[in-house]
Amino acid sequence: MMLRRILITGNEAMAEGAIRAGCRFYYGYPITPQNEVPEYMSRRMSEVGGVFIQAESELAAINMVLGSAAAGMRAMTSSSSPGISLKMEGISYLAGCQLPAVIANVQRGGPGLGGIGASQADYFQATKGGGHGDYHLIVLAPSNVQEMADLATLAFDLADRYRNPVMILADAQVGQMMEPLLWQEYAPPPDLPAKDWALTGTNGRPKRVIKSLFLAAGALEKHNILLQEKYARIREKEVRCEETSAADAQLVLVAYGCSARMAKELVRRGVKGGRIGLLRPITLWPFPEKRIRELAEAGKDFLVVEMSAGQMLEDVRLAVEGRSRVGFYGRMGGGVVTIGEMAGKAEEMLAGGKRNR
Amino acid sequence: MIREYRRPAALEDAVTHYCPGCGHGIVHRLIAEIIDEMDLAGRTIGIAPVGCAVLAYDYFKFDVCEAPHGRTPAVATGIKRARPECLVFSYQGDGDLAAIGTAEIIHTANRGENISVIFVNNAVYGMTGGQMAPTTPDGVKTTTSPRGRDPLNEGHPIKVAELLANFERVVYSTRVSLSSPKNVREARRAIKKTFQTQLDRRGFSIVEILSPCPTYWHMAPEAALKYIDEVMAKVFPPGVFRDWEK
Repeated sequence: MMLRRILITGNEAMAEGAIRAGCRFYYGYPITPQNEVPEYMSRRMSEVGGVFIQAESELAAINMVLGSAAAGMRAMTSSSSPGISLKMEGISYLAGCQLPAVIANVQRGGPGLGGIGASQADYFQATKGGGHGDYHLIVLAPSNVQEMADLATLAFDLADRYRNPVMILADAQVGQMMEPLLWQEYAPPPDLPAKDWALTGTNGRPKRVIKSLFLAAGALEKHNILLQEKYARIREKEVRCEETSAADAQLVLVAYGCSARMAKELVRRGVKGGRIGLLRPITLWPFPEKRIRELAEAGKDFLVVEMSAGQMLEDVRLAVEGRSRVGFYGRMGGGVVTIGEMAGKAEEMLAGGKRNR
Repeated sequence: MIREYRRPAALEDAVTHYCPGCGHGIVHRLIAEIIDEMDLAGRTIGIAPVGCAVLAYDYFKFDVCEAPHGRTPAVATGIKRARPECLVFSYQGDGDLAAIGTAEIIHTANRGENISVIFVNNAVYGMTGGQMAPTTPDGVKTTTSPRGRDPLNEGHPIKVAELLANFERVVYSTRVSLSSPKNVREARRAIKKTFQTQLDRRGFSIVEILSPCPTYWHMAPEAALKYIDEVMAKVFPPGVFRDWEK
């Protein structure tokens, strides 16, 4: 594959990234602002010998993903907030059955039918569960078009490594914008475990069963303990974040996705009254809590910037555990954070103003 | 010629959780016998529903995937598209297929997915304790229709085999019954035909099987078989509603 730079939308970059990662099974249902993904997949899957189905519902789509994942294939679906709510049943089953699969949420505003503008209000749903039961998705948060592609390929590797569903938590801005993208060579990591659980037909081997029902006394608790041990390994090994001048800052902005783009620009411009930096989580689960705690112990305050009523804010507070001040600046319902308002909030905190929230 | 009656190789040597007189044991056995006969155990993937038959994977000796309630045909679609060389069948009850999973079964049929559907219709929710099913006949009392199913409130029972026969890409849709040895043999022929239809890559096929549930019909097993002929078969007449051969 030639390395070449192209101009492409985030949604299409993610779709092509998935195909380059070997995803040959895509099932989806139209919903704005992610329609570029199924449209792209409907074209490309036939070119690469893959399967594209426009399902009758989000429920059907996620369960088609479950089927192809159970058969050992790299499979994906995408949607936007209201559609992701519908997929939550299937996502809980994927987690319970320990099936690797990739789900992309190009977030829009809610609750309910909401709007079609960019939003980050599905953070709780993505990182705390969303579906029923004690489970976690690995949640990746792309902040630009390059990451839409790169994190799509990473998502499939992580899913296969841990036999766990992975969510790409994007938003309408990152999905719809066009930016230059440089295609990287991709090869699956050589140490990925063999799919010795996949349904292929026994062909002489003992039968395999994919299930999430454990009725025998104690069996479900044992299964849950096994899942929690896996989540502990993921917390240990897979935290990813990017820092911009955070180590030298007095106030560290914490932002992901489209909000982090604005925050990064503010860090570049600087504010009055002190030094600011940025910590941008790339994995929202596992969350970079250790690093945030280290920065808190080094005496830094935090300003969480999100397009929600304050969801990631709770994880930052949990990481800080009262060691330093945690402020919040957010917009809701498709409202977009602005650099001006963010600067005002940062300057207020640096001036030692009132404790925020 | 010596013919022995023995456990099919495609069935585990297991005691099932099914109630005495339940039809699932017969249907499991028929499927296993046919898989043995057609030598398909090594390339079969079944999909177990939510309902009494969710534990089918404890009894079948081939690969099985569990599906969320009603999503069975969607899971079957994902598996069949990934493993077209395998025999893929969904095993579904009336709640799974005709209530919570109506969208999935209709669209899977309409796409003509090359899968086989084994639809066990016993007109009641068994696993949850005898509630009204979409196929419960008019006037029948269940724990959620204590005065009998009232069509003005609950509608009439849904006739799945006739309904799915309307879709152009459905190549075989039939209804059989387990009420007598003769009818069980007929059911066996129908199941074998859906499997052969799939192996021949003809498209979507379904066998609806009228099956006894003595426990929640509140009758002895023998009376339940009689009830199939006298009540169930009047509402759901056995027959072939679509057949690629005709």
